[in-house]
Amino acid sequence: MQVADEDRPAVEIAESNDAPAIEIQSVAKSYGPQRVLDGVSFNVRRGETLAILGKSGTGKSVLLKIIVGLQKPDAGAAIVLGTNMSEASEDDIASARKQMGFLFQHAALYDSLSVEENVAFPLDHHRKDLSPSERKERVQDLLHEVGLDGHLNKMPSDISGGMQKRVGLARALALDPIILLLDEPTAGLDPISSGEIDELVLNLQHKHNLASIVVTHDMVSARTIATRIALMDKGKIVIEGKFDDLQKSGESFVAQFLHRNF
Amino acid sequence: MSKTPSVALPISTNSSPVVAVLEWFGEFGIFMWQVLRAAVSPPYQIKEFVRQLDEIGARSLPLVALAGSAVGVVLALQARYSLVRFGAKSLLPSAIVFAVVTEMSPIITGLVVSGRAGAGIGAELASMKVSEQIDAIEISAVDPLKLLAATRIAACIVALPLLTLVASFCGVVMGWVASTIVEPIALMRFINTGFKGAEFKDFLAPTFKTCVYGMIIGSVASFQGMRAKGGAEGVGSAATTSVVLSSLFVILADVILVKVILLLFP
Repeated sequence: MQVADEDRPAVEIAESNDAPAIEIQSVAKSYGPQRVLDGVSFNVRRGETLAILGKSGTGKSVLLKIIVGLQKPDAGAAIVLGTNMSEASEDDIASARKQMGFLFQHAALYDSLSVEENVAFPLDHHRKDLSPSERKERVQDLLHEVGLDGHLNKMPSDISGGMQKRVGLARALALDPIILLLDEPTAGLDPISSGEIDELVLNLQHKHNLASIVVTHDMVSARTIATRIALMDKGKIVIEGKFDDLQKSGESFVAQFLHRNF
Repeated sequence: MSKTPSVALPISTNSSPVVAVLEWFGEFGIFMWQVLRAAVSPPYQIKEFVRQLDEIGARSLPLVALAGSAVGVVLALQARYSLVRFGAKSLLPSAIVFAVVTEMSPIITGLVVSGRAGAGIGAELASMKVSEQIDAIEISAVDPLKLLAATRIAACIVALPLLTLVASFCGVVMGWVASTIVEPIALMRFINTGFKGAEFKDFLAPTFKTCVYGMIIGSVASFQGMRAKGGAEGVGSAATTSVVLSSLFVILADVILVKVILLLFP
């Protein structure tokens, strides 16, 4: 059962694959004297997956938080589905957020709620038109999609890290989003689980025609799931392109990064 | 932008303690204004409010009843000793009833709930904050102030007077039990004597002043929890400061409210 969107007026711009779903325009962000982002710009359209790689502390996760409106940039703008996330009203930001799914690095499941309640959380708050049976069916569909049938009543503490990420993905997809943001989806997982998560993300992206951004340290994962890769260093994007473009690059930082990962 | 407050401790920065305390009150004021705005705008989080009422109210009941009973027994024993010395033993039921209902039950209930629910709220919200669960709620286009803070504050405001009534009942009954063990007296006679000359308003204001205690406990604990930083240390710090600050403010509020009640209901 696919859930029709409750309100998508802000997303008409992203209905076609031509218009960018996410536009990052010269975003800068500092914490005290430390400049974390320094004029970062890129676009992501539907059907595209941009992997952002870089050393720890280069502002990758901050960039994701700016995109979802949890943090405000010092300069520049993050325009998501036509909504400037740092200047829009609370209602417009909420409207844009309903079109976004976010997978946190540690899944950030609500530990007082069961797996079923976690996945149903967005539905309970934004799809009040669903009957209890429709809600349950939707949750079961989502868990089936991420390969977690039969775990409805378990608590987050009772399942493994990889399974928590799957539940997090199911929750991120609950409202049938246009944009999927993934913060280190394979961090802390063994290579087999990482591969499974990569495959799952890839399938979901193809199936839902999502505009995705993946923040990761894992070049193997980035190569698998991303259509483009951006390498960040010192708050700037050093290079952006396909994996082959990165391999051909003469930048020493890029060479170091690739050498380390392979 | 994120609605959760941003600083970890009341005095946590490099600025002077006075500035830090002023900053704390400033941030707390902004937090309360945001919570109030969130609380009065639909949709209302009724399900979460009821869950919190159960967590804060029903689950504090045994502890509050026990504390109220202990206060009744201690008062009966102490007051008897003093009153007998001054030849005013007949005033014992009134002394117990007035002391329990007007002051001891409200403040004991406030402090017990501050310790139990204040620590619970502070630790739970701090844990949610450091594990990004609050961010996850916000990204789901749900207002965490409305879902987490407003419901807990409202539950504290509703639960405190009800718990105070229970503490008062237990205090009076156990005061009678303690009295009657030393010198038997019929329950009805004890109650009639105890409430003789008392008016409804004598008990109404002291009971409902605990709504203020509830607001203090819920809001301070929610504030401290939602501004937690770091890992386990941040959670522990939030729980501790929630109890310390809410207990302190409850006692200060009691001092002020006693005077206000005496002025308004002479």
